[in-house]
Formats: sequence, C-alpha cells, structure tokens
Amino acid sequence: MRKNIFKRFSGLHNSGINPKGFNTSQIPFYLILLPLSVFMLLPMVFIFSNALKPPDELFAYPPSFFVINPTFKNFIDLFSKMSNSGVPVSRYLFNSIVITLITIAASIIVSTTAAYALSKKRFGLKKVLFAINTVALMFVPIAVTIPRFLVIKNLNLIDTFTVHILPGLAMPVGLFLIKQFIDGIPDDVIEAAQIDGASDVRIYWEIVIPLIMPAIATIGILTFQASWNNADVSTLYINTDSLKTFAFYLSTLTSTASGANVVAGQGIAAAAALIMFLPNLIIFLLLQSRVMSTMAHSGIK
Amino acid sequence: MLNNQAGERKNLFGKWLYKEGSAYGFLSMYALLFIIFIVIPVAVAIYLSFTNFDTIQSPSFIGLKNYINLLTQDDIFMKYVLPNTIEFAVIVGPGGYILSFLLAWMLAQLPKAPRTVFALVLYSPSMTSGVAMAVVWLTLFSGDQTGYLNSFLINWNVIQEPIQWLQSPQYLMTMMIIVTLWSSAGIGFLAMLAGVLEINPELYEAGALDGISNRFQEIVNITIPSMKPQMLFGAVMAIVGTFQAGAIGVTLSGGNPTPQYAGQLIVNHIEDYGFLRYEMGYAAAVSVVLLLMVLLFARLATKLFGSEG
Repeated sequence: MRKNIFKRFSGLHNSGINPKGFNTSQIPFYLILLPLSVFMLLPMVFIFSNALKPPDELFAYPPSFFVINPTFKNFIDLFSKMSNSGVPVSRYLFNSIVITLITIAASIIVSTTAAYALSKKRFGLKKVLFAINTVALMFVPIAVTIPRFLVIKNLNLIDTFTVHILPGLAMPVGLFLIKQFIDGIPDDVIEAAQIDGASDVRIYWEIVIPLIMPAIATIGILTFQASWNNADVSTLYINTDSLKTFAFYLSTLTSTASGANVVAGQGIAAAAALIMFLPNLIIFLLLQSRVMSTMAHSGIK
Repeated sequence: MLNNQAGERKNLFGKWLYKEGSAYGFLSMYALLFIIFIVIPVAVAIYLSFTNFDTIQSPSFIGLKNYINLLTQDDIFMKYVLPNTIEFAVIVGPGGYILSFLLAWMLAQLPKAPRTVFALVLYSPSMTSGVAMAVVWLTLFSGDQTGYLNSFLINWNVIQEPIQWLQSPQYLMTMMIIVTLWSSAGIGFLAMLAGVLEINPELYEAGALDGISNRFQEIVNITIPSMKPQMLFGAVMAIVGTFQAGAIGVTLSGGNPTPQYAGQLIVNHIEDYGFLRYEMGYAAAVSVVLLLMVLLFARLATKLFGSEG
C-alpha cells in the first residue's frame, strides 16, 4: 500500500518538470495558459491589424478589431511625410538604425572585457567591484534623469550623436549576466592557454569570446531593446531635429502635449508602431534559445 | 638612500602593474562609463538634494530643508504621489513577480515545443516599448464610443455611455496597473523559467519520500528553495521594472501632471519639479527618496532569497 503511494507520486513528479511529451496532467496548464496567451497577444495583433487598415476602417463605427481590406497605404503615407520641422521620416529611421548598431557593438565590447576581468583575472578589488555592480542592478536610471542631464551638459555632449550611445553602455545587468556566464568556463582552459604563453588579449579574443556567444546574444538583445525603443535621449539631450530617433518621432505622434492630431495621424502612427515593434520580435525569435541558456546562469547568490 | 626607496617603490608598482594591470585595463572602459553615467549622477543627486538650485544661479546649501518640505509642506506628494506610488508598486511589483513565477512554473511542466511558444508569447509584451504601445493603448482605450473597449462594452450592454478610461481620475490608476502587469513577464520571468528547469528532478523524488503530497507543498519546499538565486534576480528585476515603469500614467493620460494627480507617481513628481518648475534641488531630494525606496525593497528581497538568509 505505502509502496503504491510512492510509485504514484514519483510517477507524477517524473512527468512534472520538463516532460518529454504530452501527458493528461498537462491539460490544466494548457487551459490556463491558452486564454492568457490570447489575451497577452491581443495588443500585438492589434498593432499589425491597425497598421494595415485603410482610413475608412480606422475610423469605422463600430470599430473592428481585425483588418478587412489590408493595405500598405499607411506605410506609404508615413514615408512621404515630413515632420513639422521638415525632416523626412526616413532620416529618423536611419538615425535609429545607425545608433542601435553602434550601441550594440560598443556595449558588447565594454561588457565582455569587464566581465572577463571580473570573472577570470585575480586582482585586489575584484570582489568589491562585483558587489558594487550587483548593487547597481537596482539602479533606476529614470530617478537620476536630472543629475544625468547636468553631467551630460558639463561634458558638452548635448546635441551630439555620441549622447545617444554613451549613457547606455554601462549596463549592470549585461555585465552581471556575462560575468556569470564566463564563470562557467573552467579555469583550466584559461590556465592552459597562459602556460602556452597566450596574452590576456588573445585569451579574451580567441578563447573566451567564442565560448560566450549565447551571453553576447543576450546582452545584444537587451541593448537593442534599450537603444531602439529609446525616445528619452532625443527628448532630453537633442535639440537638432535631424539628430533625433524614430522612437522620438513616434512619441510626437501620440503625445497630446506636443499638439499632435491623434485622430488624423492614427494611420501613420499605427504603421510607425509596427516598424518599432517588428525588429524586436524578429531578433528575439532568432536568438531565443541563446537567451534561455544565458538565463540559466542568472541567479544572484 | 632616497633613490633606492623610490626605485623600490617603482619596482613594487611595476610588479603590481605586471600582476594586476591587465585586469584593470580590461575593466577600464566599463568602469569609466559606470562612474560617469551612474556613480556621478547618483552623487550629484545626493549633493543637490541638500541645496536650493534653479539651474540659473549656482546651488546654495540649505541642509535638510528639501526633505523637511517634502514631508511637511508638499501636500501633493503626501496626498497623491506617495499613496499612488505605494498602491502601484505593491500591486505591480509583487503581483507581477508572483505572476511571472507562476507562469514560469507552469511553463516548466510542458514539453519543450509548446513551452517555447508560450514563453515567447508571454515575454513579447516586454520587448515592446512604451512609445510603440502608447499608440495601441490610446486607440484601444479611447474615451469616445469609437474606442475599442467602449464599443465592446456598449455592444454587450455592460455600460450605456462611453467611459473616459484614460482621462478620468477614477479609472486611470486601474488602467496603468493593467497595462504594466501585461508587460511584467520580462527578463526576470525568463530567469525564473530557466531556474525551474535547472532543478535536479531527484530533489522532487526525495521530497515525495519525505511526505510532500501536493504541488503547492512541492513549490514551497523544493522548487523555490532550490532556485533562490534566480528568485532573487527576478525580484530585483521586478522592483527596478516597477519603479522604472512610473512614466506610464503620463504616457496614457497625455500630460504631466496627470488628471487630478490620479496617476501621479514619484517619477512624474521628479519630472514635474525638475523639468517643469526648475526646482532641481527639491527634485533631487525626491530622486534620493526614490532610490532609497528601491534599495529598501531590494534589501527585503535579499532577506527573503539571499544565500545568507
């Protein structure tokens, strides 16, 4: 009798975490997750649907959630439009793409070099510096908007291209995740290379970097999201319109404060929102398995 | 003699440089940016919080006056901003966190293919920005009868008249909480999912032998204790995300201050004083209070899930 109970429970648990296939015990989870997922997806579906609607459907009453006669008219309107100050929309998009690409590359270099030192080098302040970075995980950038503005002003970075890139590079979460990932590389590998006379730069570039590609993909995504979606830098630090980003342009379409006509601009705003969202989705789809393998190392001990 | 000492010192420095120099070299870029854009702004915020600073004249030291004013004079802060922030933070923070954990736990009970699809769907709201989503929320929750929510509810006879979801003080906070919870399954959720999957299955078998008889006991006694580091990472991300999301009220209602301060959170209060009234010293004091709040919550999380606790 007792044995039977054990058997039943151990059977239940074996089919529990990370099962190989379908099992009737999974049905309740599907029943909860399916409706929830549909609910979560609705706004995403709406972005697609709205961006493809012709004007008569955008302003139809009663409004219909799904598009009936899809058209690319909104996108054509968007790119033939100039902002109020005469900057073409494609210029904002170009700025966003360049800024995002440079920021990702720079962020990867900055985080991986520091993470290599914190993980594999021996030096006096190692523990202290890592502890400081762990505290900095709790840093809320939005809280220090004003002092940051003063710092950037005193560095003469206002209204420069650089100000889009530099402030986001010191990313405590990124350093933390990469450092934890590098911890997973056995010390023997590094020591063997040292005995062979490899310099630190060579060890970093030829051994560490190829082994931490999943972590690099992860902070690439995090940097992408932070940079591509950023409208604040343009709002706060940039005065010249031709230096602003696509995210900023989109924010002017929806903000009633800036006097935008929310109703008339609905079509192009929807098209612009889809252009903002789509790259996020595609990049995450491509890299999701790497992100998951990085996250396995994410714990704070 | 002197020369000798200097030489020795040089030698020591050389030795240090040989041993540790490259480590600091590797760290230098990150450290420099970290100091310029994180450490100095925090230090400046703390310094300014003890001053009166209107951006034109140089700051003048006034001691704790900003903090005293914040606690005794600032009716808006006490009456709206603080209660709003606490309400928002308590629901969105722990609410979003528990939701993320439960979702991660449920996903871990499914095979790999459906798990990946669900994880992607649940994480996708976190990929989007407030900027892109503002377009969606403003259309879905538009206050006239052409708004999707209004039209839907009128159609089903739940309401008779369209409701100003984003403009009326009565509903703004609820909408802010729903919108933020919707995107709360972020990087912390992915970390916790990875955490649940990493747990050694033998622990569950051992637990069953020790008399654990249902899933709830299993979560409390095995799952959570075995993934404390990921739980802590998730908690820290939830706390930061909650306070960082503070601008949502302004995004939804379209202006700062929000209608009758109904959606005014501490982040908006900082912006209000700093960028609209140019009382930088006072705004800095509010910033410091915000940073302390984050730190306090994070300490609480560390107490719960830290390896020493």
